[in-house]
Amino acid sequence: MSELIYDVIVVGGGPAGLAAALSAHEYGAQKVLILERDGELGGILNQCIHNGFGLHYFKEELTGPEYAGRFVQMLSGTGIEVRLDTMVLEVDAAQRVVQAVSKTYGYQFLKAKSIVLAMGCRERTRGAIGIPGTRPAGIFTAGTAQRYVNMEGYMVGKRVLILGSGDIGLIMARRMTLEGARVLACVEVMPYSGGLNRNIVQCLEDYDIPLYLSHTIVDIRGSARVEQAVVAQVDADRNPIPGTERVFDCDTILLSVGLIPENELTRTAGIRMDPRTNGAVVYENMETSAPGVFACGNALHVHDLVDYVTEESRRAGAAAAAFAGRDESCTAALEIQNGAGVSYTVPQYVRPENVERRLKLFFRVRRIYRNAVVIVRCGEKQLARYQRDHLAPGEMEHIALPRVLMDRAQGPITVEVQEAEQ
Amino acid sequence: MRELICIVCPQGCRLRVEEKQDYRVTGNRCARGAEYGRTELQNPTRTVTSTVAVRGGMYPRCPVKTSAPIPKHLIFKAVEALSGIELRAPVKMGQVVMYDVCGTGADFIATRDM
Repeated sequence: MSELIYDVIVVGGGPAGLAAALSAHEYGAQKVLILERDGELGGILNQCIHNGFGLHYFKEELTGPEYAGRFVQMLSGTGIEVRLDTMVLEVDAAQRVVQAVSKTYGYQFLKAKSIVLAMGCRERTRGAIGIPGTRPAGIFTAGTAQRYVNMEGYMVGKRVLILGSGDIGLIMARRMTLEGARVLACVEVMPYSGGLNRNIVQCLEDYDIPLYLSHTIVDIRGSARVEQAVVAQVDADRNPIPGTERVFDCDTILLSVGLIPENELTRTAGIRMDPRTNGAVVYENMETSAPGVFACGNALHVHDLVDYVTEESRRAGAAAAAFAGRDESCTAALEIQNGAGVSYTVPQYVRPENVERRLKLFFRVRRIYRNAVVIVRCGEKQLARYQRDHLAPGEMEHIALPRVLMDRAQGPITVEVQEAEQ
Repeated sequence: MRELICIVCPQGCRLRVEEKQDYRVTGNRCARGAEYGRTELQNPTRTVTSTVAVRGGMYPRCPVKTSAPIPKHLIFKAVEALSGIELRAPVKMGQVVMYDVCGTGADFIATRDM
């Protein structure tokens, strides 16, 4: 068993891992290693062949593979080491040792001064949401279908119903239509879409695909292959309303019902988790409860935009490089609590002395707001307020909180949303 | 007056376009949004992405896109035109896969190395 010492080891070579590794290198880490279980870098971007990536970060509209390609190109000349087809089995957060296995290197114990966890997320499945009916072939998560169609060249079906209106489901509605399938409808249990508005327009409306809000699948029929799906309207408590059922003749059902951060390694390492995000609890520099272990990207919380993943992961990489350089962490931290209307924030803690000028704070809201105000306060004292025309649970929001305001806080900071007064 | 949701970026601005006032756009937060509002009502266009067959690559399909947005009514025709094409690896990102897609002047280009 070999034991190599790295400044920074990054677990995962998707957009988060790539951005973190490059940023760690940029901020002075000498020996950086990316461990990736797939046969190539880029992660989910490789199957997201549609365009619309990179408008913030690259100031141009790229497809997923192009976005990944840009980052892979940036690796050359940096000396950042990459091990593909390598599965990380365990992370020892206290010793900062990563156990991994691959065909080329066998079982590896890799020692690091700091570690970045960037494992991404995976799709919620039929089992996880409990759809009734038989268990025939023809039911896929939208992302699985996306990989089959876009990379493996395998068309998954001809008459398609999509359950859930997450962005991958919307993108696949268009993709399947262009590949000659008939997409009958997109069915969403909530009264609003889980995806971005622009995807409703360019993936559903452009192709006259109906979106049924407050509807769900109540039965799937078929023995060997899906033959029918029964869809019903739901009430305010999301219970199906009898008498509203309609039957769709379809051979394929795609599920776009949410993404779950992938954190087996994080949990096993004993790192503190946030049940709201299903990711680690982090400080302002993306450091977890384990000093020297950082988390970023969709493993930390599910993002809508890869540009935000990049930005957050650059923060994690820079902090990992700084930690590898001096191996210390400061202590006094303020908790950031969720007030009315806010379902989570990232980070969950902030150490104001680590914030240079402003802290970029990501959050999601619980419902749709028009003309709202985001209020940051400490106890009864209001620290800051931000106007927003439109807030929706499907769209991650952020505010930039000046350090001077946090320096004034004596205890936990609360972020809440209120309807603006007319 | 027509109301549109801008699809240029994920912000999804709510645009109002005055057809009778030379397609004046309001509600946009950037110049690209104004441009989208004007073209969407006169000659809507989209960048089209799809895949083509590739032999000898890591996967059997190579992703492609149009080098510029093409008229919306040509999307299906453009995608159909790709069905006969088979590339041979190595393919370079940016390599032209098909010139002048359906007479639009835009090309289909590969969007990854393969």
